[in-house]
Formats: sequence, structure tokens, C-alpha cells
Amino acid sequence: MKFVDEFREPELALRLVAQIRETATRRWVLMDVCGGQTHSLLRYGIELALEECVELIHGPGCPVCVTSCESIDFALHLAMLPNVIVASFGDMLRVPGSRESLLDVRARGGRVQMVYSPMDAVELAKNHPNCKVVFFAVGFETTAPATALAALHAEQLGLDNFRILVTHVRVLPAMEALMLSPVNRVQAFLAAGHVCAVTGFAEYDAFVDRFRVPVVVTGFEPIDLLQGIVDAVQQLESGSHSVSNCYTRSVGRQGNINAQNIVETVYEVADRDWRGFGSIQKGGLRLRNRFERFDAEKRFEPIAVNPIASANACLSSQVLSGQIKPTQCPHFGNACTPDSPLGAPMVSSEGACAAYFRYQWLQSK
Amino acid sequence: MCLGVPGRVSVWLDRDPLFARANIEFDGIQRECHMACVPEAEIGDYVIIHAGVAVCLVNQAEARRVFDELNRMNLLAELEMDESTGAAPIESKRDKP
Ligand code: SF4
Repeated sequence: MKFVDEFREPELALRLVAQIRETATRRWVLMDVCGGQTHSLLRYGIELALEECVELIHGPGCPVCVTSCESIDFALHLAMLPNVIVASFGDMLRVPGSRESLLDVRARGGRVQMVYSPMDAVELAKNHPNCKVVFFAVGFETTAPATALAALHAEQLGLDNFRILVTHVRVLPAMEALMLSPVNRVQAFLAAGHVCAVTGFAEYDAFVDRFRVPVVVTGFEPIDLLQGIVDAVQQLESGSHSVSNCYTRSVGRQGNINAQNIVETVYEVADRDWRGFGSIQKGGLRLRNRFERFDAEKRFEPIAVNPIASANACLSSQVLSGQIKPTQCPHFGNACTPDSPLGAPMVSSEGACAAYFRYQWLQSK
Repeated sequence: MCLGVPGRVSVWLDRDPLFARANIEFDGIQRECHMACVPEAEIGDYVIIHAGVAVCLVNQAEARRVFDELNRMNLLAELEMDESTGAAPIESKRDKP
């Protein structure tokens, strides 16, 4: 068993689709929280297959999409400083700030390096002792262990030229913000499987009790997703609401304690600005005082906030909160394409707009 | 960037608690990954790799149990359908080794 092909078996998928169709007596609104799930739902035609009985709306689970414009502008500014290298994941380099992206800045001579892992940025700092290497740390709880490990490595190696620009976000506070929104339509959540692999899902109990909404921990392959949808629809049909785990091969109730300890050592919970959402209480992480010397926000002079940022035409806030589908955005496929994106959801490989753009041929069949 | 991919632990390179590293195999390709979050992983275990770091172990017994259960349900549903339509049951479609 390789944990991929088996969970894509078409016969089983069709049976699960039939089961969902048989179970649903009305059209339920489910939100998949993670961008990886959004892509699978579109890529495998699940959204289309279930169109009549389930409306799938795609949540804020693309960390690149919710990274604030101010943070991106700050990274752009740092990349243009002498003897500074900004390193980040490939997706992050293409996301526009208020005017341009890290790739644009690189084209103008800024020093920007794509890395696969935060640990590669530590290596970069080791190999460039005369430069300051800033790792632009974006991501949910799944990525936080990797960036925390990078800070611990840099500390252990005694590097004084490593910096981290932390914009880590936390999923649960965003789900709370969505439920509290007056325009909320979500009736059940498919919770992000790999976030829960790290955090566990015990913390969802209080959320489910408070909002009386089913939360189903779900994986990323078609069978995983369909199983999660079966569970959510069954709960909705019976009027119950609980946390259930449909990704048991990777997620336990308590999550990964080692990973949590690593994150706890380096970060503490903090309020954070989410692009398209505004400030979310306890919506992110920041470095603890022990790691202050790596904190890019403390080690570099701040910059003035660009007022143009809020005037961007992108409707990402409505897309990421499920109010509109990407295809309902007037810029979709016109002014905004993956080659010239107006907003982050069209850039990132997990962005909902990019997923719709990539798989729209499937939708039109 | 936030996709986690399952890979198989093929060789441990370093078991230091902080700098733990192993070679992970993804469909025949080997990649060095950090293992500090799953120090208990053994050679042959599957782990989910995210941004170069293993974030959890894949519980193989659990995966098989869920898969077998789903297949059993699928087969049952098919048999029920076959009985109601009078068609011959579809045999051994899923009897893969
Ligand atoms: S299509 Fe482009 S402009 Fe519209 S919401 Fe998506 S990213 Fe923003």
C-alpha cells in the first residue's frame, strides 16, 4: 500500500458518490478548509459529480492567499536592501503585494531565492555569512514545525545572519471568524487533514459545541474527501453535530506531540492580519522572545504601509469566505489569470481561483 | 506549498533529536528529509512530508482497515444491487493482492 493509488480507486469513488446522492435530501453547504482539498475536489471532478446534493465552498486554507499585503510589501522592501537575501516557497514569490511580487523585485535586481524547505534557508545563511538571509515564513500549523525547526537549527549553529519574517496563521480562529460572519453559509466543515496531523482535533470539540456545526477531519485523496463528505452529510441529515475523523491513517486525536513541542518552543499565539479578513484574534503565531534576534520585524526598520493595498480589485475576501465562487469574480480569466494574477488565490497552487482556472475544462464538460 | 506527500523511510542518516534526517523515497525518487517530529519512524514506515519535514507517521494498519472496510461496503452495495436487478454479481474486481 502506497497510500495514494488505493485512495483514488474509481469504483469505490463512484459508490461513495452514489451514497452521498442517496443520503442527501437537500443541497447542503460544506466548506473544505484546505487549499489542497480544493484542488483535489476540482481535479477529480468531485465538486461536479455532487453538484445537485452538495455545494462545496472553498475556505481560507491557502496560507499564501491570506498573507497580508503589508507583510509582502515588507518582504519586497527587504529584498531590495543591500546584502539581504529573501528566501521563501515558490508560491510566495509570485503573490503580488500592493504593487509587485518578489519575482518582480528579483527582476529588478533584488535578491530573492526560492527554497523547498525552511532548512534550505538556514543552509543559505550558513553559506552567505556576509548577507542577512530572511526566510519569509508563511503557512498554517502544518508548516509551523518546519519553520520552528529552522529557528532551532539556526540557534544551534550560532548563526547571527538568519532572520525570519513570520506570517504563520492558525486555522481554527479563521473558522470561528467565518461562523461569526453575518453572511456565513457554511453548514459543515471538512477540516484540513494535515493541519490536524500536527495539532490533533481535540480543540474542535468546543467549536462544534459552540456553533453546532459538524467538523469532519478529511484527507486529500478522492476517497478520503468523499468519505469526509459522506460523514458530514450523514450528520447534517440526522441533525447531529460532532467532530469525526475520516483521516485516521494520519491523524490522531492528540496530533503529533513532538511537532507541537517544537512549535511551542519557538512560537507563541498572537493576533494576525489576514488578507481579505482583517485582524483575527489569536489568528497567528509570532516568535518567542528567546528567538528575538531572528525576528525580521524587530531587526529591520519598519516601512510605511501603502494605502493602495486595500484598493486592490481582487475579490479574494469573498472567495475565501465562500460568498462567491472564483468564476463569479468579474476578473476571473479576464484581467486575472495565473500568468498575470490580480490576487493571491490565482497564484498559489492551493488557491481556489487557480484551481478553477486549471480545471475549468472539467467543469464545462 | 502546503501539500503533504506520503513517502517511505529508506535510510536513517542522523538520529540527533534536533537534526534528525532520513532519506525518504517517493515513487522511486530519494529525498533527504528532516525527522525531528517523527523520531520513532522505522525503515519501511510511511511518513507525510511537508516542506522537507516529516510531520506525521502514516498508520499502515489503520489505512488497510479503512480501505478494507470501504471495499466491503462497496461489495455489499453491489451485491444488493445485483440481487435487486437479477444481474450476476461482479466477482473479484477488487481482489487485488
Ligand atoms: S479571480 Fe483574481 S481577482 Fe478575482 S478573486 Fe480570484 S484572484 Fe482575486
